[in-house]
Amino acid sequence: MATHHSRSAARLMMAPTVILLLGWMLVPLIMTLYFSFKKYLPLRGGDLGWVGFDNYVRFVTSSSFWPSVATTLFIVGCVLAITVILGILLAMLLDQPMWGQGIVRILVIAPFFVMPTVSALVWKNMFMDPTNGILAHLWRFFGAEPVEWLSQASLQSIVMIVSWQWLPFATLILLTAIQSLDSEQLEASEMDGANHLKRFWYIILPHLGRAITIVVLIQTIFLLSIFAEIFVTTAGAFGTKTLTYLIFQRVLESQNVGLGSAGGVYAIILANLVAIFLMRIVGKNLDT
Amino acid sequence: MGQINLKKVSKSFGNVEVIPPLDLEINDGEFVVFVGPSGCGKSTLLRLIAGLEDVTSGEIAIDGQDATGLPPAKRGLAMVFQSYALYPHMSVRKNIAFPLKMAGLPVEERNRRVEEAAKVLNLTDYLDRRPGQLSGGQRQRVAIGRSIVREPEAFLFDEPLSNLDAALRMGMRLEISELHKRLETTMVYVTHDQIEAMTMADKIVVLQAGVIEQVGSPLELYKRPCNKFVASFIGSPKMNFVEGEEAAKHDAHTIGIRPEHIAVSSEEGLWAGKIGVSEHLGSDTFFHVAVEGFAESITVRADGEIGLEYGDQIYLTPKLDNLHKFDADGLRIE
Amino acid sequence: MARAVSSQRKLLNTLIAWSLGLIIFFPILWTILTSFKTEAQAINDPPIFFFFDWTLENYAVVQERSNYMRFLWNSIFIAGGSTLLGVLIAVPAAWSMAFVPSKRTKDILLWMLSTKMLPAVGVLYPIYLLFIELGLLDTRVGLVVVLMLINLPIIVWMLYSYFKEIPGEILEAARMDGASLKSEILYVLTPMAIPGIASTVLLNIILAWNEAFWTLNLTAAKAAPLTAFIASYSSPEGLFFAKLSAASTMAIAPILILGWFSQKQLVRGLTFGAVK
Repeated sequence: MATHHSRSAARLMMAPTVILLLGWMLVPLIMTLYFSFKKYLPLRGGDLGWVGFDNYVRFVTSSSFWPSVATTLFIVGCVLAITVILGILLAMLLDQPMWGQGIVRILVIAPFFVMPTVSALVWKNMFMDPTNGILAHLWRFFGAEPVEWLSQASLQSIVMIVSWQWLPFATLILLTAIQSLDSEQLEASEMDGANHLKRFWYIILPHLGRAITIVVLIQTIFLLSIFAEIFVTTAGAFGTKTLTYLIFQRVLESQNVGLGSAGGVYAIILANLVAIFLMRIVGKNLDT
Repeated sequence: MGQINLKKVSKSFGNVEVIPPLDLEINDGEFVVFVGPSGCGKSTLLRLIAGLEDVTSGEIAIDGQDATGLPPAKRGLAMVFQSYALYPHMSVRKNIAFPLKMAGLPVEERNRRVEEAAKVLNLTDYLDRRPGQLSGGQRQRVAIGRSIVREPEAFLFDEPLSNLDAALRMGMRLEISELHKRLETTMVYVTHDQIEAMTMADKIVVLQAGVIEQVGSPLELYKRPCNKFVASFIGSPKMNFVEGEEAAKHDAHTIGIRPEHIAVSSEEGLWAGKIGVSEHLGSDTFFHVAVEGFAESITVRADGEIGLEYGDQIYLTPKLDNLHKFDADGLRIE
Repeated sequence: MARAVSSQRKLLNTLIAWSLGLIIFFPILWTILTSFKTEAQAINDPPIFFFFDWTLENYAVVQERSNYMRFLWNSIFIAGGSTLLGVLIAVPAAWSMAFVPSKRTKDILLWMLSTKMLPAVGVLYPIYLLFIELGLLDTRVGLVVVLMLINLPIIVWMLYSYFKEIPGEILEAARMDGASLKSEILYVLTPMAIPGIASTVLLNIILAWNEAFWTLNLTAAKAAPLTAFIASYSSPEGLFFAKLSAASTMAIAPILILGWFSQKQLVRGLTFGAVK
């Protein structure tokens, strides 16, 4: 519904965005693909020729590959479970009448605005330090031996830090979704004799279904590429090397670009598998 | 000068042709109303003239100059939208001055013209308010003010009164008519309301499915509708149509007679029937009469105090001078 | 709507919610408190909550030792620059998609979203290489460009969803009033969309401010923003909790404040309009 003039103007005005994003997507992608088929060691001889699928095979067969996949899945899975479950409970609580609701909301959301390096550092030192951390104080107060969090329970510690960062996101989105629930629907179900548990199970949870899916998908995409939290806390030691971190090490630390690029291609494929589902939901939403 | 000529103008959206090629002439100073049921293409036709949509084929000329490819800003037309489309972030003054600002007029000149328009439209006290603080009628007047300050070649109105309540609508109808008399500028007005069309227009264009059914003055359309569609669309309540034996008596497939052209009697007449629902308007009463032998009920206008009721026997006599005859295709027979 | 609830019930809600809220907020609160302690008090066992000798010394030390202001300026430059550049590029694109939609609009929007899904680590080396080639490594301009590109899809999406709420008739009215495309966007669309544009800007400043992959990997001494400034504290040197807290507080305070203003828009921006 527009004229020739406005349509050509529209094309012109969309061009910068489209060209920039196309370049941003294609140039590095093609370069990554290119390197992934090469033996390329910038500090040790540079470009050593084509090697076919060698890098892909080596990346998958290296002893650190499967552990890194397991670590990644563990972190993503645990964080998702924790944030979604606690998020639903918190959202339902925050939806109840209370005094100072706005302030509580702000308190709960705050961690989301803390930059990842800060939260990793604060948790690592001030909370998880085995001698001076708050948790150590707490353990000693109860007469227990302080835990060396980041070396003895490294994965759990990282899950805790990351969950703390992402709980606000889940809570906020689920709270928005709960608030859009028609209260008459709940009242009707109450009239129909449904108790609290049944109301939660048959009305609230299905209503939240879409929001939960979105939380899961978006968080998955971000969680698959968490970096700073590991970089700052353990630098990949003590079994906390995720796929992202492994690739980072291959590329920048050991400067094996070919191998790292092959890993990068795996990461891209993995992210896209998740993205397809997310796009489908978002796309459906565009039609309405 | 505000002469607008459409030559073989057509419009398609994708594969759907909403307006087959049509010709139309709008003369300088004329008040032309496009009327038709919703979805008949009247708004699209107006948007084609405005330049908000491209024609698929054909030519639009304004004052003899080809304007087919011109963007809306360059056509010298002003438009009043159904939703008024006021700029919510600007005061009334700035809203009205906007076209002048776009035209690059100096500030003093702008102010002078805005004040003038405000005086004409009774908006002087509201100049510093935002559109959100105005009533529907006032917003409507701001929209009109915004269109008149620029002294356009012609005004385009897209169902401007449909968001107002009935009382206001009557008032605004008069105001727009008065404005036209004073400015003597061409106005093209789109509405689905045949009463607006009848009361305001110099020339009515009746549209159905993108096709012009008839063009003429209100009285022409009333007296000599060229087909059944126009006959039933113009006039309120609607014209009665009778087919079959009764029509055959007049050598027609269908005959049409308006409710106001039927004589009513409780004693004798051409058609006998029983009164169904009646609508009392005070001055007039409309009876829906089930006439013996007719498939559909006949609506008639009677005096306000005739004193007949539901179920009473009634006799109707159509005035033959006002009888309309149509053939099997619905076209008028002279 | 609002249903009468017994005040006992309300009191209980309030208690539980406040406790949970304070627990979640505690790490931030503790960091802020610790930043005003001396190093000795910072690691005191049992921990001291409020009754310590409040001091601003740590802030002075942090600024002196690591030149906080330079990192802060880099963060402001990078977050602000990438957001403003992004908005300038995205406004026309969002206008096009919101008001002149075509059959492909939806596909383009989804494609833009998909570029956001590209894992950074997958393209780390190419970008790194390009940065060296173009002399952008460790420059603020380089980071402005990269962060702008990362957040461009979100900016376009948010603006698109806000523009969609503006009736097209108003823009058509502007056209009829003789406005050129430039005037239409400048005088009519932009002022009407100010609230939407403001929340887009706010959210993107937050995202850019906290971005910690590219800012860590593409900067060294010169262009490093606060994320890198903090990361430099990760190797402990003796008693340093109070100084770490002061540095952290300074890094998060500006964005914490901005974030509180934008919490409503956050949901819409981060879910690409799928949850409103």
